[in-house]
Amino acid sequence: MTPGADTGRLPAAYLVPGSSSFAEFLGAQAPELLPSQRALPSGASLEAPHGTTIATVTFDGGVVMAGDRRATMGNIIANRDMEKVFATDEFSLVGIAGTAGLAVELVRLFQVELEHYEKIEGTLMSLEGKANRLASMIRGNLGMAMQGLAVVPLFAGYDLDTRRGRIFSYDVTGGCYEEHDHHSVGSGSLFARGALKKLYRRGMTPDDALRVAVEALYDAADDDSATGGPDVGRRIWPTVGVVDAEGTRFVPQDDIAPVVDAIIAARADAPGGAR
Amino acid sequence: MTAGMPFYVSPEQLMKDRADFARKGIARGRAVIVLQYDSGIAFVAENPSRALHKVSEIYDRIAFAAVGKYPEFENLRVAGVRYADLRGYSYDRSDVTARGLANAYAQTLGAVFTQESKPYEVEIVVAEVGSTAEDDQVYRLTYDGSVADEHGFVAMGGGAEQIEAALKEQWHPGMHLAEALTVAIRLLGADPNGGEQRELSPEQLEVAVLDRNRPRRRFRRVQGELLDRLLSTEDPTADVPDADEADSARGDSTNPQTQRPERDGGPTE
Repeated sequence: MTPGADTGRLPAAYLVPGSSSFAEFLGAQAPELLPSQRALPSGASLEAPHGTTIATVTFDGGVVMAGDRRATMGNIIANRDMEKVFATDEFSLVGIAGTAGLAVELVRLFQVELEHYEKIEGTLMSLEGKANRLASMIRGNLGMAMQGLAVVPLFAGYDLDTRRGRIFSYDVTGGCYEEHDHHSVGSGSLFARGALKKLYRRGMTPDDALRVAVEALYDAADDDSATGGPDVGRRIWPTVGVVDAEGTRFVPQDDIAPVVDAIIAARADAPGGAR
Repeated sequence: MTAGMPFYVSPEQLMKDRADFARKGIARGRAVIVLQYDSGIAFVAENPSRALHKVSEIYDRIAFAAVGKYPEFENLRVAGVRYADLRGYSYDRSDVTARGLANAYAQTLGAVFTQESKPYEVEIVVAEVGSTAEDDQVYRLTYDGSVADEHGFVAMGGGAEQIEAALKEQWHPGMHLAEALTVAIRLLGADPNGGEQRELSPEQLEVAVLDRNRPRRRFRRVQGELLDRLLSTEDPTADVPDADEADSARGDSTNPQTQRPERDGGPTE
């Protein structure tokens, strides 16, 4: 951990030119810190907080990602204001579903991985490169996924070469698939995907895409008890990240409130659905 | 040496020979100047290469500048990035400090100097920008692992002594970036042997800043049009803009460990 604990000298491995991957370096220097290096007793299972639904929608020149704020543990709401959408670097976002603790750790590692590469190489990793790095981290978690601790992220980023937003989904074995137009993962994703199909249009503005993503989460929360709907009483709204040519940013909660209010108002007189 | 023991070299002589060797190697290279300005720390080097940097980002508030043998200081730079990222990942981002890194570098350079077949022919600066100029930290490390805590300015490499003597006259606290760069670039172009002054164009320079007003990653390269504007006497631009132009998004990137845009360790909403 500490460089050359006896002398304070940087260990020889630090000075060796070569890998620009932080995960590889961590695996060699401090393997106990790698999420994938942890072994669970076989046959054991445990209940840990689960994050739920992420919806992501492309628009002209970028992509919006929204996540609800709920984490559940069985029938208990473990957390009602959790953040599940993360900025991973200047031009990408990750949303997480599955075992919350592991997923957050994985995202942290992924964030350092991207920044580390950027600093060592002096250039940004390509969007496919980032998607593949994330896939290899998910693959490392397969053992734990088989014991019920799966992590299923959704990755979205702005492709600087083709100048558009792109979405990548994953399965628990680390399979990485490019999705077109929109996608959703997590327990409420079936309902969110249904909503996305009906609401999505090509060539939307960022504001349209934001509304579509938030409305898809609203539909997910309507039918999935593990997905948190907008919490009007506490004023807790979904986390929404946007990435486009300007980079990654989060939409301030004050700007999401009117969108949520508009969705609730539009549905107030139509209990069977919006339209 | 005594005639009877032709192979004996006194430790004093050995160290002196190694020091002379390293010093000669370092003095051959072009100088790098590190100087504080009102809203941060500036790094100015004569370096026509766009690929091989003398100045680099290490961590959120920490940057690295070096002169001497490129492969040697490049190894040290990479080691510093690894040290910082590993430490920040296992503790917290705020636990990565220039002081800790300077100490690790000092131990490494000191051990190489005494134990290996040849010392590193490098001199480096590790700088950390604080929330005020008083909190800025600038450490200069020499080939034998000596550390000096510097205030105001540092020059390393060829002609460093003359440059520092001139900076004593010309540098003062609270300079604008444009002013600081102009002074530094004039001194880089001066001939230490009293020859003719060279005019360095922006293409021959590597300029970067640690800007205390930026969120999280405070390191920024200053190049192209922005550098032209800063150096132009007609243009009123005196500092890097708060919102970036060329690499705008970086300012909005979030602290990976708190997920939110951040200044000085705490989330800002």
